[in-house]
Amino acid sequence: MTKRRASLTLATALTLVIAAGCHKKAAPPPPPPPPPAQPPAAKPTINFFTAEPSTITSGQFATLRWSVTDATTVEIDNGIGQVSPNGRRAVNPTATTQYTLTATGAGGTASAQTTVTVSTPPPPAAPPPQSSATPTEILSQQVHDIHFDYNKSDVRGSEQPIVQEDASALKQIFAMDPGFVVMVEGNCDERGSAEYNLALGDRRASSIKNALVNLGVPASNLKTISYGEERPLCTESTQECWSRNRRVHFSAGQ
Amino acid sequence: MRLLATLSLILSGAGLLAAQQPPQITGVITHPGKPLIAVTAFRGAGAAAPLMDLFNQTVMSDLQGSPLVNFVPRTLYPTQVPQTSTDLIAGVKTANQAANGLRLTDWSLPPTSAGYLGFGYGAEDHGMFVIFGWFYTADPHIPTLQQAQVFGRVYTASLDKAGAVDAAHRYAADILAVFGGKSLVGTRIVFVSNRSGHKEIWVMNWDGTNQKQLTHYGSISVFPSSSPDGRFVAFTTYAPGYPAIRIISIDTGRQLPFYNQRASMNAFVTFTPDSKHVIYSSTAAGGPAQLYMANIDGSNFHRITASGAIEVEPKINPKTGTDMVDVSGRGGLPQIYHMNLEGANVQRITAGTGEAVNPAWSPDGEHIAFAWTKGFEPGNYNIFIMDVVSQQTTQLTSHEGRNENPSWAPDGAHIVYASKRGRSSQIWVMNADGTGKHPLTHAGNNEEPVWVNAEK
Repeated sequence: MTKRRASLTLATALTLVIAAGCHKKAAPPPPPPPPPAQPPAAKPTINFFTAEPSTITSGQFATLRWSVTDATTVEIDNGIGQVSPNGRRAVNPTATTQYTLTATGAGGTASAQTTVTVSTPPPPAAPPPQSSATPTEILSQQVHDIHFDYNKSDVRGSEQPIVQEDASALKQIFAMDPGFVVMVEGNCDERGSAEYNLALGDRRASSIKNALVNLGVPASNLKTISYGEERPLCTESTQECWSRNRRVHFSAGQ
Repeated sequence: MRLLATLSLILSGAGLLAAQQPPQITGVITHPGKPLIAVTAFRGAGAAAPLMDLFNQTVMSDLQGSPLVNFVPRTLYPTQVPQTSTDLIAGVKTANQAANGLRLTDWSLPPTSAGYLGFGYGAEDHGMFVIFGWFYTADPHIPTLQQAQVFGRVYTASLDKAGAVDAAHRYAADILAVFGGKSLVGTRIVFVSNRSGHKEIWVMNWDGTNQKQLTHYGSISVFPSSSPDGRFVAFTTYAPGYPAIRIISIDTGRQLPFYNQRASMNAFVTFTPDSKHVIYSSTAAGGPAQLYMANIDGSNFHRITASGAIEVEPKINPKTGTDMVDVSGRGGLPQIYHMNLEGANVQRITAGTGEAVNPAWSPDGEHIAFAWTKGFEPGNYNIFIMDVVSQQTTQLTSHEGRNENPSWAPDGAHIVYASKRGRSSQIWVMNADGTGKHPLTHAGNNEEPVWVNAEK
């Protein structure tokens, strides 16, 4: 702000000095005679100078088009050189380039600019989003087993988030395919009797189905089955293995 | 070990019998004062000779395994034994005669002290294995040999090991029948085996011979039970896509019609003594599995329990046909409950500790065998028997792996069960006092045995 005000002040001062000097000149001579009346030479006219398309990606071509009248020579820079007054030329600059057309004739010189903008190529296409997975893929990847305490069929607190995640994934599946059926399979560890475990596995499957229905999963898409202790994931007699086998598993039904 | 125990029993007399038993064995099965039986080692002629060891071993095993008699060890026998009835010499030896074994009194007096004598011999006849078997009372007060003879019979069988075993079972069964014993001849055991790659229902003779596959579903087929007439086996199979009941003929494999209720699970069939009705477990009502009664074809079903807890393994009393036991979770962990066939008069009969499962009635309807985790971690079952009225229990297995699914033999003297030792589960049989344990199966995994009555 301060700098600009200073510049203005300087310019004003110079003007005053020049004006003051003029005043010191003698009286002017009489005006010269008017020049002979002849038609003045026409100045070159550039009708158009365009680039089509104006934006390319590297490696593509753009076409320069131009039309000039009243010119003796027409030149375009950037290595194109002299051209005819009307013409076109394909160019493939690797970077954004401004082209200048200069037309020279008896009447003077005219010029015009056009710019070819070179964009960098877009990144490779992104992978398709997850939502394009099939219901079977969602079932195997996003619907997880739910585990239970010994001789229990109620959903323990630590499993509640898994039930909610399963409910979301199942709802997604049934939205994609309303006819899809999921088997809710109850399983037990080997320690109870095989007979009692058949009924206990049924309770576990039923308990999870009810929890999912309460979370908005359509009941008609869920079928329960108990495998008791017939389908263990592991067969070691350890607490770790037993706890893995006390589970509700989900599979595609008919 | 067993020989010594028996020996001391005999030498010390019946008064010490109870003291010789392990303390947890109660008087449920053993019968003090049961008759002392001597049966000679039969000799064989010709092609029968190589089979006689097996024959003699089998007879001894059957008699030792019975609660009805005491088998006098052969080490106490006279040096000479009769081979046919004509070898016997009537009367009592005189003072200057040696006890040569050909007089019945040579057997009734010490050291043998037997009340009865069995003897005979084996032979080959027209390519068959033939046993001539006699049985006599050794009571010195019976005046003539003719009156002393209980029976003399001929047993014909195939001339091979199976024939020797078969003839031995029949001879031993005839001896036991004299004392009220029921023969196991013709009885079978159905069980579950995975030998084919899938769990299927199998059947074998009661001594483990002639094992054959009954079902071929290629699915999971489990939980067999048999009709009291010995003709049908009911079981649960996943073949239709969910656990459902099937009933088939043991002889032909033919499937009987059975209506399965619309449910996620129908299982655990028990038959009424007349084989006309069944009780089974179903989730048809939507809650925990409950008990239903129906006709043998599944029609006319009606619910008989409403406990709000798991009800499985109903077992109708084969003697009365009016009461039953089942396994219920109504108290938390599974226990055995007694009730009538309407599901009323419910009473827990096991102690309430651990898990008590797999009840099986004795043929007299007074006892159950069951599997219990008493004293062990969950899953570590042992076989117990209980007098249902007194609820007195006796432990039959201990520290011999996981033992479950006991089933009583029709003679009331044997129990078949599944024993899992390490990774392998096999079918074992034992005397109902816990002695004489031996396996009947060896190939694959075998479980859930049920002793099937001889066909009526």
